[in-house]
Amino acid sequence: MSETMVMTGNEAAATGAKLARVQVIAAYPITPQSPVVETLSAWVESGELPAEFVAVESEHSALTVCIGASTVGARTFTATSSNGLAYMNEQVWWAAGARLPIVMCIANRAMAAPWNVLNDQQDSMSERDAGWVQLYCRDNQEILDTTVQAFLIAERLNVPVMVCYDGFLLSHTMMPVTVPEAGEIDAFLPKRPAPLTVVDPGDPRNIGPVVLADPRADSSGVVSPGYMELRAQHHRALLAAIDAIPEVDTEYGAVTGRSWGGLTWEHLLDDAEVVLIAAGSLATQATLTAEALRAEGVKAGVLGIRAYRPFPVEALREKLTGRRLALVFDKALSYGYDGPICTDLRGSLLGIEGVPAVFGAVCGLGGRDTSPEDLAAAARRAIADLDAGMRTRATDWINLHLEGE
Amino acid sequence: MMATKILDLPDTSYVLPGNRSCAGCGIGIALRQITAALEGKMVMTVPASCLTVLGGMYPISSVNVPWVNVAFPSTAAAASGIAAGLRAMGRADDMTVLAMAGDGGTGDIGIQALSGAAERNEDFLYLCYDNEAYMNTGTQRSGLTPAGARTTTTWAGKRENPKDLPAIMEAHNIPYVASTSAAYPTDVYDKVVKARGIEGLRYIHMNTPCPSGWGFDPKDTVRLGKMAVDAGLVVLYEVEDGVFRLTGRSASLAKAGKPLLPVGEYVATQSRFKGMSAETIAAVQAWVDTRWARYLARNAGSCLP
Repeated sequence: MSETMVMTGNEAAATGAKLARVQVIAAYPITPQSPVVETLSAWVESGELPAEFVAVESEHSALTVCIGASTVGARTFTATSSNGLAYMNEQVWWAAGARLPIVMCIANRAMAAPWNVLNDQQDSMSERDAGWVQLYCRDNQEILDTTVQAFLIAERLNVPVMVCYDGFLLSHTMMPVTVPEAGEIDAFLPKRPAPLTVVDPGDPRNIGPVVLADPRADSSGVVSPGYMELRAQHHRALLAAIDAIPEVDTEYGAVTGRSWGGLTWEHLLDDAEVVLIAAGSLATQATLTAEALRAEGVKAGVLGIRAYRPFPVEALREKLTGRRLALVFDKALSYGYDGPICTDLRGSLLGIEGVPAVFGAVCGLGGRDTSPEDLAAAARRAIADLDAGMRTRATDWINLHLEGE
Repeated sequence: MMATKILDLPDTSYVLPGNRSCAGCGIGIALRQITAALEGKMVMTVPASCLTVLGGMYPISSVNVPWVNVAFPSTAAAASGIAAGLRAMGRADDMTVLAMAGDGGTGDIGIQALSGAAERNEDFLYLCYDNEAYMNTGTQRSGLTPAGARTTTTWAGKRENPKDLPAIMEAHNIPYVASTSAAYPTDVYDKVVKARGIEGLRYIHMNTPCPSGWGFDPKDTVRLGKMAVDAGLVVLYEVEDGVFRLTGRSASLAKAGKPLLPVGEYVATQSRFKGMSAETIAAVQAWVDTRWARYLARNAGSCLP
């Protein structure tokens, strides 16, 4: 029987990893992720979770341990935040390029400098190009369910998956979470299939050596791919996740009764003219905003981004065609340009008939409180700008208090 | 354990004929003994280094053992992960995990991961092939480049003595630390055989002459490697469960009680030391003499490490 318990987002992540029967866990502390690995450590120590727990000396080594263990076929897990993820950066690329199905939870936290331990999504959004699947969760139940799903997605496609959730807002907030029975998850998530990487003295391989730009023949004349072919295969695996993510979500639903919308999710979207778009708990808040705007007579709805990589281009085109306005709330920024979801969305809609104007708003950096009312005020400004004839405009910074402005 | 004689080394080679290393590279000599000592029952992990080049370019490999390439700073963490993964998969008993990196990859960029792995006493063998600079990228100084050596980042000769990496590893209280030289294949072989039978983190530091980086004729690799030992710049020893002993040629030198070959004679053989001043040579000699006296005392058991 599944059991409903009250737990934090971090405990939900750890529980998801346990249900997935991870075999090797690498751990290094950083706020607000630390309770994930603390919880797993206690379970390994007590024997509740039979796994190797490697308490490394840095995040760089944490992901490296996962890389080494995953290469020999083990199911591996780690978690981090913010500067920890940035410190891993080299290995974030390595894990993806080596096509290792590692799952890593990110308790999203602002990047230093200056120091700030609170939430925004700059850390994981900055890794969008590294070749990982990135999924964003809206509550603690979704964190548990997505962590389990992530292993199946990763192992089907041989790509690593980041499960991202907002630091403190979810990581440290208690919510009721239904924990599936172990047997249910075992039926959903079989043992890891044989890895692409063969590590066997009886069949020796040189894994991850220097690869030249062009395809190259071995001494028997058999031609193997060049660097660019390997990158194209990796890209195709990410694109295949466009199908795999909803499939896995549906399969999970068949076993547990819960699905999360696959690539995107929606609230009051059917007849919406104004669509509020965000990822994570911010999108949950936007559902209250949409309801408030509807009470004012504005046909508002929410389109939540669950998969940020691969970016759900087709789904967004389909769901946004015919709307008046798409207002994107980003908790991250490409400095000198714009919010990452906003710019990706603009690019996705470019040249498509009947798509809405896309306005961006940046909010919540470094944990700055953003209430549903703040989002509603931003939506009213955006609607006024649109009514005034604007089709594009500068990014709105919500709750910004610069002196003299 | 009796020292293996050169004619008794195994004939089986896991290093295929022909590879991409430079002529006279000391790594190629030693890698034959290292892999033979492990009888190929191994997985090796290698960061960006000369060894990567020796290993070959996809899809051609020069070594007949499993080999996992990893990022430059990550060798010891990758070995930790491979070892943990093999345990989790129930395959740990069959294989020795060998981490093999250069002096820069070990003592500079890789020392954090290595120190962490050593403190955790991870179950793998780490072998540092010390060719005394970043040779793969074109001879830049490392923390293990000797004083007086010219590199492409020390044009007037390096001012500092190298860091004592085996001593740093010994300070982690790991079960086995050894210093060897690629110029003594039997010493390398015996130390890897011994390390193979020990559980926990085993560290072997291997001086590895480099014709292109040091500036000598490729035919002289072994001769110069041996000179370095005779000059006391490289000392062959092992520390097993905290007990120190000199081995091979260094033990013979100690037993004979003869003076070391002067540093000046050693540096005269290599163009990297060209223009090294008499003062610098004297300073290095004094450093060598102090170290040698300490090793002799430890070997005699007359002082604590």
